[in-house]
Amino acid sequence: MSFDLYREHILDLYKNPLNRGVIEHPTHEFEKNNPLCGDEIKIQLVVDNGKICDVKFNGGGCAISMASVSLVTEKIKHMDIADAKNLNKEDILALMHIPLSPVRIKCALLSLDVLKGALER
Amino acid sequence: MKMKTPLQTGIHQQNKWKKDFPLFENHPQLVYLDTAATSQRPQCVIDALTQFTEFDNANIHRGIYTLSEAATEKYEAARKKIAEFIHAKTEEIVFTKNATESINLIAYSIRDLIPKEKDEIVVSEMEHHSNLIPWQQFCKRNNMKLKIIPITDNYELDYAEAEKIINKRTAIVAASHVSNVFGTVNDVTKICTLARKHNALSVIDGAQSIAHLSVDVKKIDCDFFAFSSHKMLGPFGVGILYGKKTLLEQLPPFLFGGGMIERVNYLDATFAQVPEKFEAGTPPIAEAIALGAAVDYLKNIGMETIEKYEGGLLAYALEELGKIHEITLYKPGVGKSVAVVSFNLKEIHPHDAAEVLNDKGIAIRAGHHCCMPLMKKLRISGTCRASFSLYNTKEDVDKLIIGLKKVLEVFR
Repeated sequence: MSFDLYREHILDLYKNPLNRGVIEHPTHEFEKNNPLCGDEIKIQLVVDNGKICDVKFNGGGCAISMASVSLVTEKIKHMDIADAKNLNKEDILALMHIPLSPVRIKCALLSLDVLKGALER
Repeated sequence: MKMKTPLQTGIHQQNKWKKDFPLFENHPQLVYLDTAATSQRPQCVIDALTQFTEFDNANIHRGIYTLSEAATEKYEAARKKIAEFIHAKTEEIVFTKNATESINLIAYSIRDLIPKEKDEIVVSEMEHHSNLIPWQQFCKRNNMKLKIIPITDNYELDYAEAEKIINKRTAIVAASHVSNVFGTVNDVTKICTLARKHNALSVIDGAQSIAHLSVDVKKIDCDFFAFSSHKMLGPFGVGILYGKKTLLEQLPPFLFGGGMIERVNYLDATFAQVPEKFEAGTPPIAEAIALGAAVDYLKNIGMETIEKYEGGLLAYALEELGKIHEITLYKPGVGKSVAVVSFNLKEIHPHDAAEVLNDKGIAIRAGHHCCMPLMKKLRISGTCRASFSLYNTKEDVDKLIIGLKKVLEVFR
């Protein structure tokens, strides 16, 4: 009970997202939506010498997807691109640190999908 | 200030139909506000399913034995009940899987009935995907153009535009009787008249009206009318396609196989009369019979009584929701909608709102409601939707309001 899903850290990130903004000249970017929720996330990266030097996201969605993209972008900042490519579902769910139903897991994983898309470009 | 007692307000009077629905005995705290997705089933419908399975189970139209004959009789009796319910002839009722399949049946069979000079299909902006995509794909297959009747700022059909859009090139007009997002009751009689004026066929999606309004297909004068059992207190797995007999007779079959034939050779076949022509394979027999029981149940209460009760409930819900400062209501004009209300709370994502409500035992639908282009037009990702049936009470509305206040508190 008691809104496990909306623990303080999730709500904080929803209200005050990290790394939201626009990069003028990204080296990588990708945008995707979650048709179920209508959540839309765009991630932009600046990769230099195999390292992610800057990252910003843009878009809108539910608290879960917004908290997730904040956490993911924070996590990959200054990360080697190879390590970022290896991030998986479990890593994201660990970052979220809340119990999620199958439907809401999709919200949480949208940011990972978008990141993977960006890294493939 | 003196508190009003429940008696004074009439709000907390026990609903006399709720007890007929065993799910609520098993979930006494549940506030079920998602009837537009699927309704709950009264005991008599559940009993009909069990009764058939335990006492009458046999295939229909096949066996030369008593049990099969009795099953056939019951299945056909259900068809008759459904026909009478919507003022159709018995042979104008085709059993399908659901409203979606009913609409697809038409979309896959009707090509040859369309005169050469006609190359446009008309739908409305508020169509459920089930009455949009079959026509969109029909247009792609047949190199036709899809025209779309817009909605007004009041979430109603723009009839003035409809008059312009429906013209001599129009082959089919497909529109919903009641919007699954706004609850708007569309003037489908007017739409069908417009269609007929230009020699176009009309297809009405009645999925959201059938359990909430008295439906008379003869008065609407539509060519086709589609609905699902599970949204009208019946079981899953059965849908209905009503079609004017002369049209059903002209339509080629949609699915081929057993039960829909007259004579079969290896290289050729002739087909049964309507409606059997459209019922290939063994249908969901127990479910169709149980749908008959649902129709009996609705008829016993009376659609006018249901309309009046649900109308009062919706008016109350709209009034109470309207008092929430942070709410955006997507509501048609007063008295122009039934059983459904869509809204958003500030910028709070509908899924977040629904999640918090779920924690309070309140089940609403949140999202795009299978109307993605409509959401795009409204520039929203989705809405929260509360939908009602005869088993809902004003107390459910009160709990919804309390729940929504909690949502606002969580996302403050």
